[in-house]
Amino acid sequence: MEKTVNQKAWFLILPVLILVAFSAVIPLMTVVNYSVQDTFGQNQFFWAGLEWFAEMLESDRMWDALGRQLMFSAIILTIQIPLGVFVALNMPKSGFWSSFCLVVMSLPLLIPWNVVGTIWQIFGRVDIGLLGYTLDALGISYNYTQDTFAAWATIIVMDVWHWTSLVALLAFAGLKSIPDAYYQAAKIDQASRWAIFRYIELPKMMGVLMIAILLRFMDSFMIYTEPFVVTGGGPGNATTLLSIDLVKMALGQFDLGPAAAFSIMYYLVILLISYVFYTVMTTVEKNEG
Amino acid sequence: MAEITLDNLAHSYSPNPKGEGDFALKELNHVWSDGEAYALLGASGCGKSTLLNIISGLLHPSQGRILFDGKDVTQATTADRNIAQVFQFPVVYDTMTVRANLAFPLKNRGADPKYIAERVQRIGAMIGMEAELDKRARGLTADAKQKISLGRGMVREDVNALLFDEPLTVIDPHMKWELRTQLKSLHHDFGHTMIYVTHDQTEALTFADKVVVMYDGRVVQIGTPQELFDTPQHTFVGYFIGSPGMNVIPATVTGKHAIVHGNEVELARGYDALDGKVEIGVRPEFVRLTDGPGLPVTIRRVEDVGRHKIVRADLFGSPINILAGEDQSISPDMTHISFDPARVNVYVNDWLKHGKAA
Repeated sequence: MEKTVNQKAWFLILPVLILVAFSAVIPLMTVVNYSVQDTFGQNQFFWAGLEWFAEMLESDRMWDALGRQLMFSAIILTIQIPLGVFVALNMPKSGFWSSFCLVVMSLPLLIPWNVVGTIWQIFGRVDIGLLGYTLDALGISYNYTQDTFAAWATIIVMDVWHWTSLVALLAFAGLKSIPDAYYQAAKIDQASRWAIFRYIELPKMMGVLMIAILLRFMDSFMIYTEPFVVTGGGPGNATTLLSIDLVKMALGQFDLGPAAAFSIMYYLVILLISYVFYTVMTTVEKNEG
Repeated sequence: MAEITLDNLAHSYSPNPKGEGDFALKELNHVWSDGEAYALLGASGCGKSTLLNIISGLLHPSQGRILFDGKDVTQATTADRNIAQVFQFPVVYDTMTVRANLAFPLKNRGADPKYIAERVQRIGAMIGMEAELDKRARGLTADAKQKISLGRGMVREDVNALLFDEPLTVIDPHMKWELRTQLKSLHHDFGHTMIYVTHDQTEALTFADKVVVMYDGRVVQIGTPQELFDTPQHTFVGYFIGSPGMNVIPATVTGKHAIVHGNEVELARGYDALDGKVEIGVRPEFVRLTDGPGLPVTIRRVEDVGRHKIVRADLFGSPINILAGEDQSISPDMTHISFDPARVNVYVNDWLKHGKAA
């Protein structure tokens, strides 16, 4: 059959192209533009080539921030995924209490990031915060502005509080989709509780769990607002995660060139990891079908 | 293997059943003899699965007791009852191999690994999946998955009963026949008590020694296929078994005669005066198309199904089915029907009324 040639179709996607150009491509190109130039003020720019990239790759500062970032994401994933699954397994499956749990668990998800940060910032204060005051009264030394461990503990608990519900809701949806016959068959086969989880529930939840892991990884890898509000990256640089460091560099020190190079590498890392996740997920799904 | 007794059993899904209508399963007393193969036959929603789930212990009855060999197991768990059950839709453990799937019930009961290996191999051969034993269950066809479910049901030798809940619904017709034959030979070899739920009469009649017909939460007849055909106890049985089902015609009955719209029909037995809704039931096999005398009919159409012809006709405004031989020619002057008197059953309020032999 002869293929119809109709170039008019291009006009139909023009609006979307323009929109994407203004919202994503042009800003990104601006960053690329900064990343290869240097300036000494007066709006005069000089070609710097890949100098900034080389400098960033050699700087301990970025590697430290990346290390902290990876550690943060790893910790919250190891807590949130099992905890979310555990919560989902123990939720009432139907009736009033099921709906009640769903609503209560959705609440943290609806709170804006900076509000979450503020809540925990106040909650943890030793002078007026319920948590900080209680811990202090119990004789436990807790001060997230000075103690690295306390600062990390605070931002991790905060993130767990904020986002475990998401994992739980996704896992719950996965559990609900398992037909009753599976549980009945397991009873007939005298499967233990662990075997039911291992051979029925976990395989059926795998798809949604992959999505949960991807979402939580991406989100935690780009986290900015909450730890910034609570610790501001401190004490010292102890909780300076990638995006906090980036903002410090770009807006605090106004080092546009290095910050732009940093951004681009940050972006590429996220892109790479997303790609890996996507590949893994589609393979898993193919095996399931 | 066990004899299963249902004593005053009834079940309602509502916590406070008010009338009989609230019961999915109406009061029932029955003994399932040890080692027999039963088919539980009925239309969808008549309580078949409810009854099955009560026997297997997945459901606890609102009323009555269940006894296995005289021992009360009403409150016992499914595991304690030691029952195997196969469900309508295939249940397989996706991440396991076919072999592990079949071994699962034995493994959970702590059987000897050597015995498990042997037994699984045998069952694998029985369901025709020996070649696929080391494949993962995920990705197999629905057919194959259901065969695994069947295999898992049959893998334990010491079960008290084997229950099947419409297990062949998803299997294609050729395989259906083969698996049914295998189930039957399995029953023959091991003598398990088997209960097989289905809404397909062919399946029920070919599989079972005895067919239990359920209608609206009630067991209406238990009998051999022959009994169900010859003397349906309830008009539903007559209608449900047979293809097409029994013709049920409103009539009045006096002595040895039935009157249908003023026309006399001869009966083989005599009846006393009957109260209630009186009908006569005649299977299409025993209705003969003639050129008179008899009841006047109008032929609507003739369906030739190969072995015989089904004549769809009108009798005083209601449809009636007649079975005619393949070589019988049907001519325009065949406007009357007559019945084989010995094959005419009389029903009062849908239940069979036995007449006195004359």
